Amino acid sequence: MLHDVGKLTIADIRRLYSEERVRPAEVLESYLNRIEEKDPAIGAFLHIFKEKAIEEAETLDIALMESKPLFGVPIALKDNICTKGKPTTCASRILEGYVPPYDATVVERLKEAGAVIIGKTNMDEFAMGSSTENSAFQLTHNPWDTDYAPGGSSGGSAAAVAAGMVPVALGSDTGGSIRQPASLCGVVGMKGTYGRVSRYGLVAFASSFDQIGPIGKNVRDTAFLMDVVSGHDPHDSTSIQESHSSLVEALEEEIGDLTFSVPRGFRDLDLSPSVREALGETVEYLRNSGREVREVELPDLEAAMACYYILADAEASSNLARYDGVRYGYRHRADSLIEMYEKTRGEGFGEEVKRRILTGTYVLSSGYYDEYYSRAQKVRAMIIEDFRRVFSEVDVVITPTSPTPAFKLGEKVDNPIAMYLSDIFTTTANIAGIPAISIPARLSPEGLPIGIQVMAGLKEERKMIRAAYALEKEFDFQSKVSGPEVG
Amino acid sequence: MNVTEVQEYVPVIGLEVHAQLLTKTKIFCSCPSTYGAEPNTLVCPVCLGLPGALPVLNREAVSMAILMGLATNCTIAEESVFARKNYFYPDCPKNYQISMFDKPLCADGFIEFELDGETKRVRIERIHLEDDAGKLIHEEDGGSLVDFNRCGVPLIEIVSRPDMHSAEEAGAYLVMLRKILRYLGICSGNMEEGSLRCDVNVSVMPAGSSEFGTKTEIKNLNSFKAVEMGIRYEIERQIEVLKNGGKISQVTNLWDSGAKKLVTMRSKEYAHDYRYFPEPDLLPLEVDDEWIDGIRTKMVELPLERERRFRKEYNLSSYDASVLCSEKKIADYYEELASIAGDPKLSANWMMREVMEELKEQSVSIEQFSLQPERLAGLIRLVKENVVSGSAARDVFKEMVKSNESAEEVVRRLGLEQISGEGELEKMIDEVIAENPREVERYREGKIQLLGFFVGQVMKKSRGKANPKLTGEIIKRKLSG
Repeated sequence: MLHDVGKLTIADIRRLYSEERVRPAEVLESYLNRIEEKDPAIGAFLHIFKEKAIEEAETLDIALMESKPLFGVPIALKDNICTKGKPTTCASRILEGYVPPYDATVVERLKEAGAVIIGKTNMDEFAMGSSTENSAFQLTHNPWDTDYAPGGSSGGSAAAVAAGMVPVALGSDTGGSIRQPASLCGVVGMKGTYGRVSRYGLVAFASSFDQIGPIGKNVRDTAFLMDVVSGHDPHDSTSIQESHSSLVEALEEEIGDLTFSVPRGFRDLDLSPSVREALGETVEYLRNSGREVREVELPDLEAAMACYYILADAEASSNLARYDGVRYGYRHRADSLIEMYEKTRGEGFGEEVKRRILTGTYVLSSGYYDEYYSRAQKVRAMIIEDFRRVFSEVDVVITPTSPTPAFKLGEKVDNPIAMYLSDIFTTTANIAGIPAISIPARLSPEGLPIGIQVMAGLKEERKMIRAAYALEKEFDFQSKVSGPEVG
Repeated sequence: MNVTEVQEYVPVIGLEVHAQLLTKTKIFCSCPSTYGAEPNTLVCPVCLGLPGALPVLNREAVSMAILMGLATNCTIAEESVFARKNYFYPDCPKNYQISMFDKPLCADGFIEFELDGETKRVRIERIHLEDDAGKLIHEEDGGSLVDFNRCGVPLIEIVSRPDMHSAEEAGAYLVMLRKILRYLGICSGNMEEGSLRCDVNVSVMPAGSSEFGTKTEIKNLNSFKAVEMGIRYEIERQIEVLKNGGKISQVTNLWDSGAKKLVTMRSKEYAHDYRYFPEPDLLPLEVDDEWIDGIRTKMVELPLERERRFRKEYNLSSYDASVLCSEKKIADYYEELASIAGDPKLSANWMMREVMEELKEQSVSIEQFSLQPERLAGLIRLVKENVVSGSAARDVFKEMVKSNESAEEVVRRLGLEQISGEGELEKMIDEVIAENPREVERYREGKIQLLGFFVGQVMKKSRGKANPKLTGEIIKRKLSG
């Protein structure tokens, strides 16, 4: 038994195995013990596969370690990623008890790479939210201060990594759902270019925005996990055809002549003072190390938010139509078909999900389609063009990940617009399909982490990861900060 | 409908035809698209619409749709876009259908057919691809079950312009459409099994008007007969309403084939808002010239062209040509037969009578028919060369259907070679003359129609083997002498 698994990185775990000091089952057991100890206060996990995980770890053959990049590495998955024979609920009543008959492509790749799925994490219902408070089942608490929200929607995955209950986790990012909770929980979270990671088996929220991505303690672990799950998948027509080139290898490259930029007028952005300071420090560091930091014109963030909520909700209204009580999940038994539909969906979905379905249905309705959906598509095309222009001039854009550090549980739950604004810096990357990563920079005076976002052009994950790696070294968050004291 | 009414009002008819494509697998997954399997055995996460599953387009379905587009003179779009058609129904597992909306694969074509000796042209507005829904099975206790095997079977929807003006025209258009689909080998065209389905839009307008009346839709037309009957019923109903000063309301009617009448399903107030939008799980469908050229090489001679060629090249009647071209395989069989036998007219006669009757009797298709063209051509040659008589040949045909023997072998086995030796014939004729003195007398008195009687007697005596033509000549000679 290992006592302090909380701080282990993937490299640490591999070292333990290669020096043959431990077996995979022991590592899994240690993490399971930590979950048992810490999670009651955090509430990151919806399902923990205790016996199954140890059983799977037992079958791993140490002789195969070299060919398996995640050999014996425990991992947590957001509960909207399908796992064969294991529950996948999207934190929704409507999928309570649902067990998929197939594995998502990322799950197949993780298994192939030797990872062991230790559990599934809490989230905002169907990934709709920014605090994980929209889960139908439980609250998740921020490991840095349990009065605070972990962010969302991948709040469970970010909190699990932050609390050291798993070394890495997968989340999904539709408008910032990996990066924002990573920022609020002081961990690294990234989403690749749209199509970089297969969506096959990711329960759809907004198909043209959704991307699965890694959450880890540092850039290297995140890159490591990204390399495993990326690459073309014939089951996903929107998956990028060309092969993925290694991000871990990109870390070895010199930062070289990468051109950095920040949004024009970044000093006047509507930010919490501590976030403003963190961004200012980042720019200062770069300039001090002799780099030019240009100011670039970013798309209008408010227009981007409107565009995002129209298109994402339109897609969601259609994607969530299948939860009707006919074939699986929750069913309200009724005398007529219409009544069954209405009661099943009325009782099975939470308030935020219903709000999105209503919005999405409205913007697609005949008579409103042109005014909303078509116009939002035009805005999307403009934002894509704006970013194309930006990235023809610079390599990366630096922004805060979130305008504030973590907010208190319950603080924004009744104010959807305030909640939506939490994603103001992250949604543009999903609208344009570009890669983006959040890395922890420093703590706020209240002791809450602040994340910085690095965005790059389409398919330029390598540039993004090199810039993020360089910033991570400068911030030196891991060694400066002792980490959350949990439980 | 009486003649005056037809003159007072002009019906305007458009058809929306759904055809299941004969691909090996479904349109968005690799499940077999076979008909008639045990319920819910041909399903997977994709066609069941399970959470997280994604569609991947079957290119074979696209090729078939393009082939139909080319056959109906459509323009093939370089880029077409799949769209979601949103509606709730238990046979539709995603509660949306993946179809095409404002950017269909094929557009602006036409189909020609002949009706009462006239060539008619009906314009095709569009042909697009979509996935089929499952099938609801209603139980006696009021419950319902769903079979998802059909879910995801590829469909093309062929939408005509409102260019038809009578039930007969609509029927003839549908018949030609089905023939084309079957010629191309992309749809079985079975309306009873639902592999071909037809919805109809009907309106009537006062003669001389250029403004269409309010249209109604007819669904559930599951046979050619139902299509024509439903249209006729609806035209009469609409004229009746208008003549009584009423207005037509925009409704969808279901054809009740038992009661032979239309039942209103829903009115316009309940019309669906399908909230179409581009399917984000699929990329726009791009079709380049290379793909189209490859498909063009699979194009066959189409039924109307072939019918016209048969009439001209083989000098067949319109009726014979249309029957022989009703199915591509029958036309192929006929052409092979005619070419080997070297006699298109005689071959057509054999096709129209014996072959068609035999197929019907055995209820087999021409491909399953035991007597293939080469063997049948052998028989036709024997008839042509007077080796066997027409009546004996029919017996030979029956034998050949049952065995693998050649015509010559059967003729030899049954001893049916036609007797054309004059000596042998004269012997039999003399006997017949001796046996029928009264008829001989009457013939000589001028009742020359009795010649047939004498020939018949000789045929009987020879058990059908006598050459009837030669026999007649000898009898004539003998009795006039």
